Amino acid sequence: MSDTTVQETKTGEFNASIDEACARAPVGLLAELTHRCPLQCPYCSNPVDLERVNTELSTEDWKSVMRQAGELGILQIHLSGGEPTARRDLEEIVEEAAKAGLYTNLITAGVLLKRERLEKLCDLGLDHVQLSIQDVKPENADRIAAYKGGAAKKHEVAKWVKELDMPLTINAPLHRQNIDSLPDIIDYAVKVGAGRLEVAHIQYYAWALKNRASLMPTREAFMKTAEIVNAAKERLKGILVIDFVVPDYYAKYPKPCMGGWGRGIINVTPSGKVLPCHAAESLPHLQFDNVRDRPLADIWLNGQAFQMYRGTDWMKEPCKSCPRKEIDFGGCRCQAMALTGDAANTDPACSLSPMHEEWAKVAHAESHTETPEFIYRRMGSAASAE
Amino acid sequence: MSEPNTPKRLIVTSETVLKLPRHIKLRHDAGRGRWILLAPERVFEPDETSVEVLKLCDGERSVGAISAILAEQYQAPVDVITADVIEMLQDLTDKGALKS
Repeated sequence: MSDTTVQETKTGEFNASIDEACARAPVGLLAELTHRCPLQCPYCSNPVDLERVNTELSTEDWKSVMRQAGELGILQIHLSGGEPTARRDLEEIVEEAAKAGLYTNLITAGVLLKRERLEKLCDLGLDHVQLSIQDVKPENADRIAAYKGGAAKKHEVAKWVKELDMPLTINAPLHRQNIDSLPDIIDYAVKVGAGRLEVAHIQYYAWALKNRASLMPTREAFMKTAEIVNAAKERLKGILVIDFVVPDYYAKYPKPCMGGWGRGIINVTPSGKVLPCHAAESLPHLQFDNVRDRPLADIWLNGQAFQMYRGTDWMKEPCKSCPRKEIDFGGCRCQAMALTGDAANTDPACSLSPMHEEWAKVAHAESHTETPEFIYRRMGSAASAE
Repeated sequence: MSEPNTPKRLIVTSETVLKLPRHIKLRHDAGRGRWILLAPERVFEPDETSVEVLKLCDGERSVGAISAILAEQYQAPVDVITADVIEMLQDLTDKGALKS
């Protein structure tokens, strides 16, 4: 008999190694159902220009996206936001996604959920809940999210998820103002019965970039988190799966952003714009199609924004001749754009980038100065803080 | 001693009886011509033999019984098959894709 081997692919947006067969269709669809959110986390991955409620897709639009996703061969759907439970039609969207054969993942802050609603979603076919926490210390968590009572509410939601026998992931974004809680965060995930914990150092785009000096940990503090996570992975084998996202300011090589541009992930914004990554709107030369105007499959295969940096032909040196070019795909186009002015340059996170040294210095300097006040994520707050 | 509620790692032996938890889905991925195991933020791609093993993990058959079926089918020594099957199932159990 042949060997029994099982290939494992992480479908998270910052993970690599999606096999070539997947290039024909994305594996995962990130559905940002709304940009509305009761929390105001200063590192939110939504764009600084939040989309307003009156531009949001209708229930029928989203249901059509779910059907098209199933037909296209997408496997997993990540229902995100903003806060996806702020959409009153979430049930209908989940039901349609499940009918289309999609694996449904609810990425939620939890604070708007009621037990009955969660139970209904579970009955309609919701497969998995990913609950964010800001810290295990309630006062600090509520301060970071600018939402009083949030931590207590989240704890309640975690309990409901387990009572309903649903799988739970705890997602803990990590930064300078909660980094010391990491061992307690790991214990918390075990205690609430999570099967998976995502310890994600902040990625510095959009809101997080505005708040970088308040969030950037020192290199030493980061190194310590890597040690803690590695030890916990070993200790908790078979109990808790831990995924660790590193801050690329302290990396030698860039992350394979989105597992390669237009390769495994597709993102639909609240208003229906289809993006190769959730930060892609920071690239002003891209044109984004809308699901209201064009079929999802056509956008994925032929859309200008997807074709622009798909594969490796667009690369310049040092990426072009780099043996790692199909491992990390030159890193993040948005970061290259923001810091070098050309999205086709190598990501400054790469040690081969001429900008790398300068950028590492920024992280060092910011992580050693006093933390400025947060610019909280809310409509208009970024502009008024300029 | 650990508290009664402390979760423990499940060690797979030939007596273990395994099944897929409700949220882990074994299905054929027609678009890519392969079988897949869908899990939270993961896609596992089991090879042909592993798919057969997973289909037999029905919450009733033991790992030993599954190995015996495969040994018969492939005309291979049962201890070799058992070792191979346990290794694969332990790995998937550690990743949360199987439960007892």
